[in-house]
This record gives sequence, structure tokens and C-alpha cells, in this order.
Amino acid sequence: MRQTTTEKTTHPALIFWIVAGWVGFVLLPWYGVEDFWFMEWLTDGWPLDTDYAPALFLLLQGEKPWLWPVLPALAAPLLVMRRPKTDPLYAQILLAAGGFGFAWLIAQGLGIGIRGWNAGWLEALFGPLGDRQYGMGYGALIVASAFLFLFTQGIAARGAINGDVFVTGAIGGVIAVVTIFVFFPIAKMLLAAFVTEEGGHSVVVFLSKFFDDRIWGLGCLSGARCGVAWNSLFLAVLVGVLSTALGLVFALVLTRSGFRFKRSLRAITVLPIITPPFVIGLAIILLFGLSGTVTTWVADLVGMRPTRWVYGLPGVLIAQLLAFTPIAFLVLIGVVEGVSPSMEEAAQTLRASRWQTFRTVSLPLMRPGLANAFLLGFIESMADFGNPLVLGGNFDVLSTEIFFAIVGAQYDQGRAAILAIVLLAFTLAAFYLQRFWLGRKSYTTVTGKGDAGVHPEMPRGLAIPVYAVAAIWGAFTIVIYGMILYGSVVQLWGVDNTLTFKHYITAFAVRIEDGGIRWTGSAWDSFWTTMMIATVAAPLTAAIGLITAYLLTRQDFAGKRSFEFGTMLSFAIPGTVIGVSYILAFNIPPIEITGTGLILVISFIFRNMPVGVRAGIASMSQLDRSLDESSLTLGANSWQTFRRVILPLLRPAILAALVYSFVRAMTAISAVIFLVSARYDMATSYIIGRVENNDYGLAIAYSTALIFVMLAAVGLLQLMVGRTRIGRRMSHEQGGG
Amino acid sequence: MRTILVGASLLALSAGAASAAGKLNLYCAAQEEWCQVMARGFEDATGIDVDMTRKSSGETFAQIKAEESNPKGDVWWGGTGDPHLQAAEEGLTEPYVSPMREQLHPWAIAQATSAGDRTIGIYSGALGFGYNSDLLAANGLPEPKCWEDLTKPEFKGHIQIANPNSSGTAYTTLATMMQLFGEDGGFDYMKRLHANVNQYTKSGSAPIKAAGQGETTVGIVFMHDAVAQTVAGFPIVTVAPCEGTGYEIGSMSIIAGARNMDEAKQFYDWALSAEAQNLALQVNAFQVPSNMGAQTSDKAPDLASIKLIDYDFKKYGSSDERKRLLAKWDNDVSTLPQ
Repeated sequence: MRQTTTEKTTHPALIFWIVAGWVGFVLLPWYGVEDFWFMEWLTDGWPLDTDYAPALFLLLQGEKPWLWPVLPALAAPLLVMRRPKTDPLYAQILLAAGGFGFAWLIAQGLGIGIRGWNAGWLEALFGPLGDRQYGMGYGALIVASAFLFLFTQGIAARGAINGDVFVTGAIGGVIAVVTIFVFFPIAKMLLAAFVTEEGGHSVVVFLSKFFDDRIWGLGCLSGARCGVAWNSLFLAVLVGVLSTALGLVFALVLTRSGFRFKRSLRAITVLPIITPPFVIGLAIILLFGLSGTVTTWVADLVGMRPTRWVYGLPGVLIAQLLAFTPIAFLVLIGVVEGVSPSMEEAAQTLRASRWQTFRTVSLPLMRPGLANAFLLGFIESMADFGNPLVLGGNFDVLSTEIFFAIVGAQYDQGRAAILAIVLLAFTLAAFYLQRFWLGRKSYTTVTGKGDAGVHPEMPRGLAIPVYAVAAIWGAFTIVIYGMILYGSVVQLWGVDNTLTFKHYITAFAVRIEDGGIRWTGSAWDSFWTTMMIATVAAPLTAAIGLITAYLLTRQDFAGKRSFEFGTMLSFAIPGTVIGVSYILAFNIPPIEITGTGLILVISFIFRNMPVGVRAGIASMSQLDRSLDESSLTLGANSWQTFRRVILPLLRPAILAALVYSFVRAMTAISAVIFLVSARYDMATSYIIGRVENNDYGLAIAYSTALIFVMLAAVGLLQLMVGRTRIGRRMSHEQGGG
Repeated sequence: MRTILVGASLLALSAGAASAAGKLNLYCAAQEEWCQVMARGFEDATGIDVDMTRKSSGETFAQIKAEESNPKGDVWWGGTGDPHLQAAEEGLTEPYVSPMREQLHPWAIAQATSAGDRTIGIYSGALGFGYNSDLLAANGLPEPKCWEDLTKPEFKGHIQIANPNSSGTAYTTLATMMQLFGEDGGFDYMKRLHANVNQYTKSGSAPIKAAGQGETTVGIVFMHDAVAQTVAGFPIVTVAPCEGTGYEIGSMSIIAGARNMDEAKQFYDWALSAEAQNLALQVNAFQVPSNMGAQTSDKAPDLASIKLIDYDFKKYGSSDERKRLLAKWDNDVSTLPQ
């Protein structure tokens, strides 16, 4: 396919979306249909039955008259199908029709709900409606998408982004979904911060609550306790710095050393992210708690009474480092591999020592990776809720305070919103700090020119501590996982250590009868739901994340910075807030999806997308723009360039995004608590239920099974995505070191 | 064309949330097993399909509040009474007078009258504490029998209780002390207790779980939670404090605007029957059922041997009194050095 020239008068993308728009309007049910994909509605009165009727049939029966304006907006683009793009009318009609249609759909959706008009002033203006509407269905969804992409094609035809239909469409699409599924629900939730006791809105109330002593108190400087904000900040900075350092250590061992068992080390490094919640916390308590193995052993050794030292900052720090170092590692490994060996070799040719090379060439080129890894660690720590809950002791942090402001004895959503705003302010600050630190320097190292160098090994002075840290942390990880595995096959962890498989049998029993398999174990339902949702969510998350990263690094458009921060929002807010805000936003029309599997998938996509974005940005800032340019000069369009040139070079980032989103979909808990329903129960909420019921064995057995499933999945993903070959010589396996 | 793909695979997962006839959406706030036998038991008794979602009571309350404008649940069964009273106060639940009432204990009906018939008692459980007998022996501590024992200096660093700001259990403790010792005496007690507390947990039953794992010696919790630990195999001894103690009333409410109102009322009546309440015997539930004809588990703490105070649910369940007491606890107790 060649690049579309401006003289052409056939526009495949345009025709596609016009057709889609009409299909959505004339054929598909306009409102939500239960069990749409069973297709029962086709034989159950469609297209005339008003429950299943497409918009056109509703209108013809005199129903929902507010949908009439959609018709001219759909018809108008037909006029320009035969016109060239250069015709000013082409752009004008698409902009007008697409823009009006999209805006109208949103306005009617927000204006008219299940009780008629949604706002008093609408009723005052137009009189009582006497009609109502439920959640939008697939007809509405497709018509809305059609309007959106007709609009972006209009923008492209005006000459924006060099008239690139793909890029404008992608920008429009990503902005639309992020607005709907990130900004809209969060804004709805945060508004509660301004609500007064009487139900009005006030900035003064907000300020007085915001500067509360319980949030900002500095008592810890004088022996008492500090406000939660300082606790969270201190913890998050520690976790950010240390997890980045640990991630870098492992990345260096894997790329710049003669270490033999790289594969196993890699597996150990990523192991902790594939662990369901509470399990690490439990393992740490059994090791370091008051009656923990290590604590009692050390206490006996030095002749002291065992203490509860692990509860508080130390415990949370250990658990969070275990959990978040793999993320830092996944971000860093791509970047560390991507640093051009030629530059390092050039430095060495110029007589720099290994140490000088590392310090002045390699390390600075890794900055985008370091900055993004820190940012992720910082944000994850801020938003993490499970570990502080189990190990926090009296060390309160924002995320747990937010959770209990919502579900605790005070039912204070306003306070939750305030705390969430504090948390967001920290995240925003960290975000700008990392941008400032990266500055405007270039970190490009993959240029497309022949670059067949080999990474030099680490300088000796660095190698020894790096090896030591990697060995200790690796051993620690193995001990923790050994304990978890052990915990799943004993009667009652820590009390009765008789070996048994009964927990696995309760959870995963299978009976074969009548030639079929009966899944009799109590865990199968939630297991299959979780697998299905994770499998659907992972590729979508990775795709949206990487496309966003591509737009952010390769394209310029107005509002890019705030858009970039916006994509981080849903990640930075604790899951509980997301969960409640999703109910507030999506339990009522126009988008009514609570109680479905869809809401779980969507929440996972937008919660985990930032990892794809960060990994993508870090890797893409290493790719020279001349690669894109040469592809474009040779006649490829931007979609082809993205698919054929950039994507293959991004394999580590793709893998990071896929693995992370798959795994998080299986292990995330806080947002899920509010979004699961009887039909869509998730593994994690099942596990929590068991823990609350003192069924530790069952919970740990289920977690262990999930760990193995996820390990298999990660291996499979690695195989499918493959590794980037940047045309370098094979590394120095024979070099020794 | 990416969008098409995205759309198609997303839609494959979606199933509408609308309801059909003969269905019940049950929000259950007791433990998983109990919720399961209640849901299946009702299905067996009536043939009505039950979709059961289990969450903690605080989470269920938050969900019902968030869904207020378009309710998705029909009945909220189980969980401590305060959030039910709060929901009644905010009009989130529906008044209903069941014909089964005459079979209930007076405390269950008192719960209903104090909430304008918007909720009703289904079980009750007394407050108390449990201790880890291994740790108690290892530390050479005397057996605690009374609330006052817990404030003795040798128990310093051995007591765990939840934070009343986040846990209904701990709030019940605070309110119980107000009623046992009067407001001044009660706060004085909380201050002396504070000196011995090693951690204020977030969740109400966490202290006794920590005691089971050997992470604290004493945990102040509802006695049925402590018994559950013993039954699960942990070395926990349950104590009914000698001064007397307060209790919770596990409640049930119909959600205002329930889509399956008839089925909801059917469930409500059924759940108050002795037959339904006896299902608790099949699971590890050690509360006292509200139907006078229902049996109590033989492992459950014997209510006859416990001195129960006349707990004023109306006063201490109201949000104004709660806010006042919690603010006072925050300012006067939690800020003290330990």
C-alpha cells in the first residue's frame, strides 16, 4: 500500500466509518441488551421490540425523539465521499457532522436518564419529559465511534499532523477513552471533597479539611506521630529509590556480566509480581513477626526478647520492595539492553577505564529508564494498600486511610476524596520532577546504523557489590517463595505442620463422569473468570499503552503534557477510590456496565495502561527518529512505520506491558472489591474471603496455583513476543569475567 | 480498525445488568461459607435464583450508597448493625414489617424499631477478648478475666484492638466502655488501655487473627471471632469480661428501590425463620440467632453466663454521637504517648 495522495477520491477509512455509523444506527440494538452475544435478541422481536430496537426503528415508532438529530449528522458525510481531501468542504463537513454527532450523543446521554431529565434546570427549560432511557448499547457505541473518527478525519484533512489519518484517529481515540474511563469517574469522586455537611459545595470546607493536622502533622519530629501524608511520602521515596536500584542491579547482572544462570535469575526477579495479595505479607510475618522464625532465632542468639520490629515502616518497605522491584527491572532491562555498545566502545577506545565508561556514558544513557522506574515505584508505593494493611502496624499511610474513610466506621467519602487529592498532588510533583531531571537531553542510542558492539562488563569495583546485592535479594526471594509453597501443603501454616494436599483438593478437585469433566473444586468459577478477564485485558492494555507512548514520544499536539499526566491518573489513585468512582460513574446511564465482566476489563486496562506507557516511552526515547523518517520517506505511512519499524524494536516494552497487565489482572484486589459481582467473581476476592475466614491453607494453595499459572503465561508471552535483535554480536558468553 | 477489535472483544464479555423474574441479588456481609449456605438454602426452599455477592459490611454499605440512584442489590443480609442503622438513617433501605417478627428475640425487634423498621436483627454476638495461651505462658502473664486486667502494666505491648475510626468492632468497644463506666470513666479506661496497646489494626477481626499467629498476646474482638480461631486450630482462649460487656446485632435490610422487591421480602421472611437460621450450624458461625426457635452452636459462648449490658443502639448508632465520640477519642486518646 502506498501513502494516500491528496488527489485520490476514494477514502477507505472514511467509507468504513460511514458504513459503521449506519450499521450502528439501523441494525444494532441501540440500548444495552443482556447477554448480547447469545444473540437471542435476534429472534426475540428484533428489530421492532423497543428493548432491542435499533435507533432508526425506535424513531419510526415515535420513541426517543431526542435521537432525531443523529440522522442528519450521519447523512452529511455521505456528501463528501467523492470529493478530494483538498476540497475545504471535505474537512468542514466531516468536522461539523462528526463533532455535532458526538457532542449530541454525549449531551443526550448525560441529560436524560432512568428518571427522565437528569437535572432540574432541563426540566424547567423543556417541561417534563415523560420518557426515560437506560444504558447505551452497541448501536450507540458504534455510532459514537463513527462520529469520533469522522471528526478526526476532518481534522486530518485540515492538515493537522501532516494530514495523517492514523495519528489523528489514534490521538482522538485515546483522548476519548481516557476522558471517559479515567477523568470522568475520578472527577465525579473527587467532587466529594468540596461537599459541605449540608450537601452544598464549598472551597473553604475543602481547605480546612485539606490542611488537617492528621494529614500534615509533624509530630514525629518531637516523638509523637506524623501525619499520613509525610509517612506516605517518605515510604514512597524510599521504595522508589531502592526498587530502582535493585532493578538496575539485576538488569546489570543480566546484561553486563558473565553470570551463568541468567534465565533462572530473570525468573526469580519477576517472580514477586506474580504473587496474589496478602501472601507475601503472611510470609514476611511468619519470618520476621513476633513469633517469626528469624525473629525468634536472632532473639535467642543475642539473648533478647523478640519484638514486633517488622510492623511499620520496615515491614511495608520489605514487602513493597519485593513487589515493585520486578516492575523497575522490567522497565530498566529494555533500556539497559538498548544503550548502544558502540558509544561505550568509543569511550573505551578513547582510553576511558571501565568505571569511567560506566559512570559517564552508560549510566547517563540509562536515565530515561531510571526516571521511569523511580516514578512507577513511587506511585505504586503510594497506591499500594494490601501491604500496609497487613504489615503497617501503627504506621498509617494515605492509601489505607482512604480505604477506611470509605468503608470504615465514619463513612466519610469527603475525607477519602481529600486524601486522594493529597496523594495525587504528590504524584504530580514526582511526575514533574522526573521530567525536570530528564531535561531536554537526547537519549537516542538505537539509530539504525550498523551497531554491532558488545556491552562491556561492569567495572570490578561495581561488580562486587552488585553481585552481593543480587545474591542476597535473590536468595531472600527464593526463601519467601519456598515458604509460600510449603504453606500450601501443610494443615495450618505456623501451627500444624502435617503435610497434606487437602487445600488443593478443596479448591481444584475435578471429576470425570459421563465422558465430560466436572469442575467440582470451589475455586474453579473464579479461576476461569479471572483467566478470561486477564486474557482479554492484557493485549488491550498493552496496545493502548504503547500507542499512547508512541503518540507522546513521536507526535506533537496541544495539551500533550497534561494528557500524559492524565494517563497516569488511574494508576496513581488507590484502587479503592477507582472502584467507588467506577460505581458512581458507570452504574447509571449513559454507560451502565456495573455487574458485568466489561467493567472489570475496563478498570484493568486503564489502571495498568501506565506501565505500558512508561515502558514504551523509556524504550522509544532510545529510538532515533531517523528510523521513522526513513520509513516514511520510503513511502510507508505512519501506521506501517509504527507496526513494521517501531513495534519490533519495542519487544521488551511490549513484553513488560503484557506481562504486567496480565499479572495485575490476576492479582489486583482493591479496585476489584467493588466491581466483582455474583457472576463475575475474581480469584483475589475469593482469596480474601478465605483469609477472612481463617482458611489460610486454602488461600495460599489457590495463590500458589495462580503463581504457577502466571509463570506459565509469562513464559508463553516471552516466547510469543520474542526478543529484540538489534544486530549486535552475541554477548560475551565466552569472554568470562 | 484497532477500535473495532477492541470493541468486539470487550463486548464479548459484557452481559446486561437488568433483572429477570424469579431472581434475587443478595449482598451478603457475613463470612463466605455462611453466605453460600444462605443463598443455596433459599434457592432450595423457593426455586428463586440467587446471585450472591459477598463483601465486608463497610464495603457493602459503600457500594449501596454509591449505587443509590440505580440500585443493583435487593437484600443486604448480615454484618454488624451500625452500617445498617446508618443506611436506614440515610434512607438507603426500605421499611418492612415481617410476619415472622413474633418469633424473634426482643433485641432483634428493638433493632428494627430503632431504625423505623428499615432493618432487623438476625443474630447477635457479645464483645470480649481472646488470648494466645502459648504466648501468655511464655511471657509468664496471669490469665486476664476482666476489662480492668488488660490495663495492668504487665500487659504493656501485649494488647491489640482495632481503630474505632475504621472498625465497627472497635467502635462497639468504645461505646460499651461509655455505657459500662460512664463517659469520663470510659475515656479514662480507653486511655489506660492505650498505654498497653501494641497496634491499632484497621479491620475489626485482625487483632484475634494476629493473636492466632502469635503476633500479639491479647486481641479485643467479638467473642464469636475468637471462638472461630480456636475451632480453626489456633491456641486461642475466649474470655467474657467479668464487668459485663456490650454486643452487636447482625442485621438485615431490604435495599430501597430493589428491582426484585417481592423476592426480597420472601427472602427476608425466610431468613428470619428457625429453619434458615439453623443453617449457621453447618458453618463455623458462633453467633446467637434471633429466632427464638433456632439453635445456637454448642461451641458458641454461652450467653447465659455473660453479663450483657443494656446496649443503647439508638443513641450510639446515630451518626452524630458516633462523630462526637470518635473525635474525642482521636484528640484525647490516640495522641497520648504509649
